[in-house]
Amino acid sequence: MITEIGHFSLILAFIVSLCQGAVPFYARYKMGEQMHLLTPRLAIINALCVSISFLCLVWAFIVSDFSVALVAEHSHSSKPMIYKISGSWGNHEGSLLMWIFILSIFGAALALTQKAMPVLHKSTTLGVQAMISAAFLAFSLFTSNPFERLTSAPIDGNGLNPVLQDVGLAMHPPTLYLGYVGLSLAFSFAIAALINNSVDKNWARYMRPWVQIAWSALTLGIGLGSWWAYYELGWGGWWFWDPVENASLMPWLAATALLHSVIVVERQEHLKSWTVLLAIIGFSLSLLGTFIVRSGLLTSVHSFASDPTRGLFILAILIFSIGPPLMLFAIRGPNIKSNGPLQLLSREAGLVINNFLLVCASITVLIGTFYPIALEMVSGTKITVGPPYFMATFNPIMGLLVIFMGIAPLLMWRRGLLPKSAKIWMIALSALIIISGLFYWENNGLSIPAIAGIATTIWLGFALIGDIVLRIRTLYKNNHSDFWKRCVHLQWGMWVAHIGIVIFLIGALGDGIYRSESIARMNPGETVLLGTDKAEFMAISNNSGPNYDALIATLKLTDQANQQIGILQPEKRIYPVERQTTTEAAIKRTLTGDYYAVLGDGNITDGYTIRLYHKPYISWIWFGVILMASGAVASLLIERSKNRQKHAGLLT
Amino acid sequence: MSPKSKRLMLFFVATVFLATAAGLTLSALKENIVYFFTPSEINLQEIGNRSVRIGGLVQSGSIKIEGLTASFIIEDADSQQVVLYKGALPDIFRDGQGVIAEGKFNTNIFIADVVMAKHDEQYMPREIADKLKEQGVWQGDAPK
Repeated sequence: MITEIGHFSLILAFIVSLCQGAVPFYARYKMGEQMHLLTPRLAIINALCVSISFLCLVWAFIVSDFSVALVAEHSHSSKPMIYKISGSWGNHEGSLLMWIFILSIFGAALALTQKAMPVLHKSTTLGVQAMISAAFLAFSLFTSNPFERLTSAPIDGNGLNPVLQDVGLAMHPPTLYLGYVGLSLAFSFAIAALINNSVDKNWARYMRPWVQIAWSALTLGIGLGSWWAYYELGWGGWWFWDPVENASLMPWLAATALLHSVIVVERQEHLKSWTVLLAIIGFSLSLLGTFIVRSGLLTSVHSFASDPTRGLFILAILIFSIGPPLMLFAIRGPNIKSNGPLQLLSREAGLVINNFLLVCASITVLIGTFYPIALEMVSGTKITVGPPYFMATFNPIMGLLVIFMGIAPLLMWRRGLLPKSAKIWMIALSALIIISGLFYWENNGLSIPAIAGIATTIWLGFALIGDIVLRIRTLYKNNHSDFWKRCVHLQWGMWVAHIGIVIFLIGALGDGIYRSESIARMNPGETVLLGTDKAEFMAISNNSGPNYDALIATLKLTDQANQQIGILQPEKRIYPVERQTTTEAAIKRTLTGDYYAVLGDGNITDGYTIRLYHKPYISWIWFGVILMASGAVASLLIERSKNRQKHAGLLT
Repeated sequence: MSPKSKRLMLFFVATVFLATAAGLTLSALKENIVYFFTPSEINLQEIGNRSVRIGGLVQSGSIKIEGLTASFIIEDADSQQVVLYKGALPDIFRDGQGVIAEGKFNTNIFIADVVMAKHDEQYMPREIADKLKEQGVWQGDAPK
């Protein structure tokens, strides 16, 4: 019964979406201003229907209703509850429903907030949003219905791929989708502004919070995915330049560019048409990501069971959401007038460079990801483009970006430098030379990319600290009575996010330059060297978990001075229901680096294969990601509080 | 500078940068492409000292492990290729498994740096699935 309710509300949501998409345009035609008030209400009804539907699916997973085909195929009664719940989005149909769920929640959120936004604009934006929603609801209902019933229910389900039974994975898709789908709202804003000819300051002001939320979630989602891959896949890496990872990186780069360019529109009414274009491209790239994952075009850990009709359907959505918007852009774009010529030495020019480099970076990722597919289609030759390509193209561009990140924040809007910024750059430059010199000397030479990476990180770190100190000091010297209040309203969001990048870079460089690894075939009692540390294989034992049996190795790590660092217990798990084995890496985390052990195959006579890694500073990567994501949220909150104060000031 | 010459200069700088970026990208692409072959497609002269990927099924009974070094044979319908690999084999590496090895040739033995097989036991790398279906060795997954 509950399943049928879910199915019914999904159909209802589809019909509501169609109405919601039609209302603003009908209202335009009929000149019915009042009708525009209907769209936000429809958006809320739509969100209610989809939420009911989504909850019904989760319920079917919770109670293990195996008469539902999806549950029978992907769940099992012996699974822990949390993975039963997360299992509802660990498959194609369920994750699609979650996508739609988040989409409708964003619609309702816009309907309920930003009361001051002109009715016409809000209505049109929600209308465009509803069209996307209708397309995906049709996709779900006609090709991937999660509520399909089986005529005879099996006694138990097939189970969920054990690799996917994990907390990281329970959280990774929802956050990533929050980001992808958040970009849909920026897209809807852009299309609505093109339709209404209203690309201006206010438009940017209303759109910006959504971009910040989407960007923050996307950053966190990608970070979670990388964290999961790091500890679960047992390869010890955190980024593999896998096509599906690239598919999430491209919209991230576009969204990062958008996050910055929308500020320029809000402050200076510059870069207007470019920002509109970025909003369209950002969402198109996230659809492209979805297409790659769903179509079975690529094989990777992310692929769901592939089905050509589904691929075609998404391709149709993709073409429909890129083609007409770009046409609209071509027609309306020339009408958008930006604010006079750009000064070379100004904050806005700095942000243009930021956008330019980010777009270049995403193009290199695009080429590396799609060239193999294109080549195979054209000539049938099968190739892969590996990490070296991305290191040779993506990394230098991002390096340049990091250098400019140390410069642009010290530029002022319109024209000129912040006083004393030359001093900051001198300090940063000398710090860069001295510290990278020390690194070079200490290591008896490092590769050029390694030194360049260290140098740019130091540059950014010092320039950032300089910027923060300078602005706070100037504020303090002006001796305002409300120093603290004003201090809170400084650009903390940007600073936190940029500090996040420095921390991230420290992690990435520490692991990239100083990691060590060793592989050995060992019997209990034997010892292996890992860099300057030692690992002793103490014992091997059996254990059984809730739905698996495990083989556990115990390793004792000691450093040069024979001080114990810790005990590592990597596992090999056998899941009888799914008939699969997985390796569970053991990780000893410290602030200055992780020790990572994986148990390979083996037996008691020949010994066991054991892989060990030392990964200096690797956790800083995820600290950095968290800071970046919080920076965007902080910026949103600070901006709100500032606006509220301004309003209060106007009223009194 | 007049706005016009400024714009020209900006355009010039952007073009130079883009051209350099495009050049670097293309050369990086050219150097870092890894080709994929099944054993019957291997042409030693053509491959030379390049890094390539070899894919196929692990021949039954061909796996020999000595300490850390494993030797095994990757086969397709018509041909076999001996592979040497030092390191940890993937979890589900076994007879009849579809695998991909990346590495270089030393005379006619393939020295692999990486051996890939996915966690899913039904997993078949798509490149292999396509080619093996063409050759009729493997019929695809049993329908689910």
